[in-house]
Amino acid sequence: MGSKTPLFDSHNAAGARIVDFGGWDMPLHYGSQKEEHHSVRTAAGVFDVSHMTIVDLFGERTREFLRYLVANDVAKLKTPGKALYTAMLNAAGGVIDDLIIYYLSESHFRLVVNAATREKDLAWIREHSSAFAVSVEEKPGLAMLAVQGPAARELAASCLAEDQREAAMSLKPFTAVAMGETFIARTGYTGEDGFEICLPASEAPGLWRQLLDAGVAPCGLGARDTLRLEAAMNLYGSDMDESISPLEAGLEWTVAWEPRDRDFIGRAALEAQRNAADRRRFVGLLLEDKGVLRNHQKIVVDGVGDGEISSGGFSPTIGRSIALARVPAGEYDRAQVEVRGKLLDVRIVKTPFVRHGKIQFEIAGENNE
Amino acid sequence: MSDLPGDLLYTKDHEWLRREDDGSVTIGITDHAQQALGDLVYVELPEVDQEVDEGGDMAVVESVKAASDVYAPISGSIVAVNEDLADDPEKINSDPYGDGWILRMKASEGIDEAALLSPDDYQAHLDELDD
Repeated sequence: MGSKTPLFDSHNAAGARIVDFGGWDMPLHYGSQKEEHHSVRTAAGVFDVSHMTIVDLFGERTREFLRYLVANDVAKLKTPGKALYTAMLNAAGGVIDDLIIYYLSESHFRLVVNAATREKDLAWIREHSSAFAVSVEEKPGLAMLAVQGPAARELAASCLAEDQREAAMSLKPFTAVAMGETFIARTGYTGEDGFEICLPASEAPGLWRQLLDAGVAPCGLGARDTLRLEAAMNLYGSDMDESISPLEAGLEWTVAWEPRDRDFIGRAALEAQRNAADRRRFVGLLLEDKGVLRNHQKIVVDGVGDGEISSGGFSPTIGRSIALARVPAGEYDRAQVEVRGKLLDVRIVKTPFVRHGKIQFEIAGENNE
Repeated sequence: MSDLPGDLLYTKDHEWLRREDDGSVTIGITDHAQQALGDLVYVELPEVDQEVDEGGDMAVVESVKAASDVYAPISGSIVAVNEDLADDPEKINSDPYGDGWILRMKASEGIDEAALLSPDDYQAHLDELDD
């Protein structure tokens, strides 16, 4: 038996198929993963993400510490409530984890890190925090719900207390507000608008019930994965890990090179890789043949070399298979993928594949056959 | 859980077989299998007339979650495949014992029923998996 979130009984009551996810008993789906996916693209869905690790940092030098700890620059966080997505690197430039940092006050920042990397993340943060006299406090007593979709904000707000509702509805994208133990952020992992709401564990089943009564669809980790894949949002452990730098995982936009004199862990290694001619590309693939792309399938680029799919699956919105892949350096927009001994044609397409419910590229071959 | 059709034979790999009047055998995957796989999104079918050996893989069913081989429960040749699955693989989810059939075979050496499971035996196999 794995760890259980405060919503475990709620999941069973909603007919969840429970699976082990990094030591947690989590809902995979509640009947149909595809329908849950479409709910989030067209209306609203709610995910229990209480397994994720919330870590609060306290101390006058917290900002200074974070500017050293992560590759993006928290100096960009100028207004309380602003959020920043970043990678936390080792000295070799490999990704220890990806996380979101929320600026709450000059002496209080909140981090949300992955569940599967919890222990090594906490150890790494603590190892480096002491030099800055920053205290590290995990928040296991908080549950976390992600309400996502074009109707998510409105439906979620209708389930909140009046003061919370007003604060939530006035949030700009990628900002958050804390009211007591309740914390509401306009962030997510689906490519849709919505909130991520942290609240005391004891209050989570009540909010879950209200959301379902308001017409928000319960969604499992299966739909969460196909949604984030369509949104081309990386999954730690698949798309990057400690052997992969953010520059080869499509995360260069999260590396703050300026100011040049800011020293952060992994910087020297990234600088060396930055202009390397053989730096691998991280691309989105659309399967032109029938079939399904899966993690670790081999990419063959004729005359160039081989690559590998880091995340592959079926896109319910597009109706075809898509993938994120690391491929050799070079200028080309077509490749092949080896699936059960056969080579299938793929096209390199712009990512995200889907944003705010819309496919972001032309699906060739649909109209000109 | 739904009741198992009583006129079928089953395998431990969660496939079902139905003997047709013309001597062929229709094969599909069970309700348990489709539930475990989740929404089906692609089915790779063999060529008609292809010869397969018992235990060999002859088709692949792919769901949003994973790809899974369909093994030949008997040796023989493929006499028909369910072409409708190309456009509508979810028929396996909605009607695993009917419209979601996968293919039809002709056995090369008869069918050894003792090597297959009766509905009761398959149910017992499922119950064991639940424990």
